[in-house]
Amino acid sequence: MKKAKKVRLSFSDKVFYSAVTVFLTFMGLIVLYPLINVVSCSFSKPEAVISGDVILLPVEFTLEGYMAVFRTNRVLLGFRNSAFYTVAGTLINLFMTIICAYPLSRRDLPGQGRIMMLFTFTMIFGGGMIPNYLLIKDLHMLNTVWALLIPGAIAVYHMIVMKTFFQSSIPGELLEASQIDGCTDIKYLTEVVLPLSKSIIAVVTLYYAVGHWNAYFSAFMYLSDQNLYPLQLFLREILISSKVDAAMLADDISNKASYGLEYVLKYSLIVVATVPMLIIYPFVQKHFVKGVMIGAVKG
Amino acid sequence: MPNRKKWNRIWRARQLYLLLLLPLVWLIIFKYVPMAGLQIAFRNYSNRGGIWGSKWVGFQNFKKFFSDRQFSTLIINTLRISLYQLAVGFIVPIILALALNVMKNGIFKKTVQTLTYIPHFISVVVLVGMLLQLINPVVGLYGAVYQALTGTRPVDILSNPASFPHLYVWSGIWQNAGWGSIIYVAALANSDQQLHEAAQIDGASRLQRVWHIDIPTILPTATILLIMDAGKVMSVGFEKVFLLQNGLNLSYSEVLSTYVYNKSFGAGIPNFSFSTAAGMFNSVINLILITVVNKIAKKLSDTSLW
Repeated sequence: MKKAKKVRLSFSDKVFYSAVTVFLTFMGLIVLYPLINVVSCSFSKPEAVISGDVILLPVEFTLEGYMAVFRTNRVLLGFRNSAFYTVAGTLINLFMTIICAYPLSRRDLPGQGRIMMLFTFTMIFGGGMIPNYLLIKDLHMLNTVWALLIPGAIAVYHMIVMKTFFQSSIPGELLEASQIDGCTDIKYLTEVVLPLSKSIIAVVTLYYAVGHWNAYFSAFMYLSDQNLYPLQLFLREILISSKVDAAMLADDISNKASYGLEYVLKYSLIVVATVPMLIIYPFVQKHFVKGVMIGAVKG
Repeated sequence: MPNRKKWNRIWRARQLYLLLLLPLVWLIIFKYVPMAGLQIAFRNYSNRGGIWGSKWVGFQNFKKFFSDRQFSTLIINTLRISLYQLAVGFIVPIILALALNVMKNGIFKKTVQTLTYIPHFISVVVLVGMLLQLINPVVGLYGAVYQALTGTRPVDILSNPASFPHLYVWSGIWQNAGWGSIIYVAALANSDQQLHEAAQIDGASRLQRVWHIDIPTILPTATILLIMDAGKVMSVGFEKVFLLQNGLNLSYSEVLSTYVYNKSFGAGIPNFSFSTAAGMFNSVINLILITVVNKIAKKLSDTSLW
């Protein structure tokens, strides 16, 4: 690479590099701009948002929107519920995924290939919306937290990613050595394999956690008790379906909400709902690429 | 193989089977029991009879679905959105990755990468919420800019059915193009640098190297991803379409998955059997598609899923 710097660029190469730079800048700005606009609106005065004055930076900086968000009962409730589903759900996911991926990573397990087939087949075919609903109903899981925690306990794709990691990154000699020492399989898993698999566990944890935090479909299908609603379901009501109109929200917030506050509140809500996932992202960013790659190698 | 030896191996792996027990039970209950539940597509489901006791009706539900006057519209809507999505969603991440790979590692490249990954972490509800805010003809950015330029208020994009596929596809690109490029960027980073050096000595321009080195490098990865996408051609995801759907854009936005919902849970008198038949038609087509595409890819390029 150092050598390449010394090579003088030809005219056509210069044009090419400039074009690529312009293209990437354009792409970056297209992604960035809506984000900035949303954040700026969330910090702006309601009147400015309504009249469309917020183009780049906040107009008349204010925290009104955020104060309104945190005074809205259903948002707080949704936040608490989502936090619970995310933590409990991810723990279940991790436990189930590990105890599934490890045995299947062992090529010496009799029947390994066939059991694997059983799992992968479900990636390309399934019962679909109604049979799934009827199952949850028959199991008496409708309107319980279990409906959001158990049916998705293993994401087969993530399980395969983890399995592939076990197969490719844990040296086989370790297993032989431990077997000679009389170490059992479960002990080997917990004391040798898992400590060596921190990076993949981090990746899969984040995949699952983001999935739980962002999910709305199963809650939408299986829950009718508002006390169990995750944040995304309340967000849907407030942001998308106009079920919750301005007057109702204003009631929720305070009796004399300022004019247009509900618009700013929507922007603030978007920010509040998204920030928790963005905060954890940098911590696992470098592992992430690895996780995507392991999944890809297997295909 | 002597039976003794086989049982011996199984006995030695008993702890592994113990670990697998719970996942297998889970798999059967939550994945295979619903598949058995598909039989209600061939029955006339009633609450009393349930899945196993309702009356058999053969292919009646399927016949009704195929002769439904919405049938062709549904297929066209589904294909329109998914083929559009397939074409754009496949190409844009590749172009992005090739462009990123041309740049030297540095702050600029890192920034563009990180920026384009961010939207992937936004939930579909928030994405649609953002979209609705931005394209709002009165208070949204779109409305404000339109008004500033022309002095008149724009029409609501959401009430124009023909714009639905564009909204759906391009908001998806905005959200996932960066994420989708990771895999190609990584494949390119692992490519053989000697090829580039040799080509440079021979006087190849950077563009020629993109064409003759970079693109062939990512071709196997691209093939795999294309197979996986092609297998989903008939399944436009329910979640985003449902959120963007409204009474005015139904003529373009009603796809198979939302139809299944609207005919069951969304209907006054839910028809579970009929909806299951529609859903099953969809899954079977997908299954056939992915198998066929996989076979073709195997023949053409030796790259396949299985």
